[in-house]
This record gives sequence, structure tokens and C-alpha cells, in this order.
Amino acid sequence: MKVCDIKEKLNLTLFCGGLGLDRVVENGYVSDLLSDVMGNANEGDVWITLQTHKNIMAVASLKDIAAIILVKGLKPDEATMAHSEEEQIPILGTTMEAFELAGKLYKLLNS
Amino acid sequence: MQFKYDLEGGNFSRAGHASSEVKKILKQLNVDARIIKRIVVALYEGEVNVVAHAHKGVVMVDIDEKRIYIRIEDEGPGIPDINLAMQEGFSTASASVREMGFGAGMGLPNIKKNTDQLNIESEVGKGTVLEMTTMISS
Repeated sequence: MKVCDIKEKLNLTLFCGGLGLDRVVENGYVSDLLSDVMGNANEGDVWITLQTHKNIMAVASLKDIAAIILVKGLKPDEATMAHSEEEQIPILGTTMEAFELAGKLYKLLNS
Repeated sequence: MQFKYDLEGGNFSRAGHASSEVKKILKQLNVDARIIKRIVVALYEGEVNVVAHAHKGVVMVDIDEKRIYIRIEDEGPGIPDINLAMQEGFSTASASVREMGFGAGMGLPNIKKNTDQLNIESEVGKGTVLEMTTMISS
């Protein structure tokens, strides 16, 4: 499954990094602790978080994350968006909370 | 091959720059992707530690056919008890740093897990030197 498929099926908003919508999604990871993501997320994961600052892009890029999804209607900072465009890693958004989004994403990836 | 990157205390927007550069270099050198991943995790955590705790620091990277050696040297408060700092969950990070999702006490444990050889020397009130070596070919 690709990032664009997830965007469509879960009705997510695309904030930035649209050039990366064809990235392949392998799995997902939910965490707001950056060291936890650094230590435990895997390449090709979609990362669900409420953090919006630029460092999430540094982590996403270093870990080859497929896309970031911000929950609860949060929006990425401007510097975060610029970095996302550069790295071509999409940042998407939803009004759902992490629990609900993770459940839906899990179902989608495992169906 | 040697590279040097400067780190600035408190400047989180630059954290990860050295890791990103080293990742590119190792990719160009065709180092095994799994090994690159480990090195990048350790170096990123090292960068964040300097930015979160120290005034300034420098990352020195030395790569040869066998191994990558990274030395992160900072001018900062130092670590009074290194064994305690190595424990997962222990952190002295400020509230504002924690709000960003850092300071969970996972940095040094992540570094240890992702390097073949780690050496830490620290002097309270002066600074910390972190040396990490990872084999890139057997």
C-alpha cells in the first residue's frame, strides 16, 4: 500500500511533501517520544504523532519513515513543512485521535 | 576520511544535520543499510544530547575501510554519574525539552545499543566526550 492510498481511504489532509505520496507503507508506529521513534520505528512505517516541530522531519528522514500523520487537527510548523518538501516525506493530518487513527490504519494495513 | 560538524546548545532546528550528512556519506560508500541505520540512531541521539544539555559541541567523524569512529565533544555541565545516565528512563532534561518529545531518558541507552564500542568521559562543569566506534566491514 502507498501513502496516497492511506490518504484516500482514511480521508487524511495532505499538508506537505506531496512528492512522496508514492512511498510504500510497510507498517505503522505511534509515539510522541522522538528517541522512542529513533530506537524502535522501522523503515517504511507511517508515524502517528502529535509533535509538530521540525525535529520530527529529522527523525522521519533519518529513519526512512514513509509518512507522518498528525492527529487531533494539529498542523505542522512552517519549518517542518519546508523540510518535508525537501525530503519528499509527506505530512498528513486528521481530526481523529491517535487511538482511533491507529486502529483504522492497522485494519487497513492488515486487511 | 574525516569530517567535522559544529553543534550549538539549544538550537534544535539544527539537530540531526550531522547525522543526515553522515548517512549520505555512508550510503555513497555502500555501507550495509542495517549498519548505517545503527550509526545514524547513535549519532542523532548524541547530537540531541549536546543541543539539549550543553553550550556547544563538535562532532568529529573518521571513516576507514573497517570502521567508523565518531567523537562528540561538548562544553557543558558534564554528567555527574555516568552509570545513572546510562539507565533507561533517567533524564535531567528541562520541561520545555521534554515537551518536544525529547528527554525521555532513552538517548544514551539508544547510543549504547547502536554502537559496537562506546566510551564516555565527563567532567562536571566542563563537558563530556563521547566516543563511538562501529565496524562497517568484517
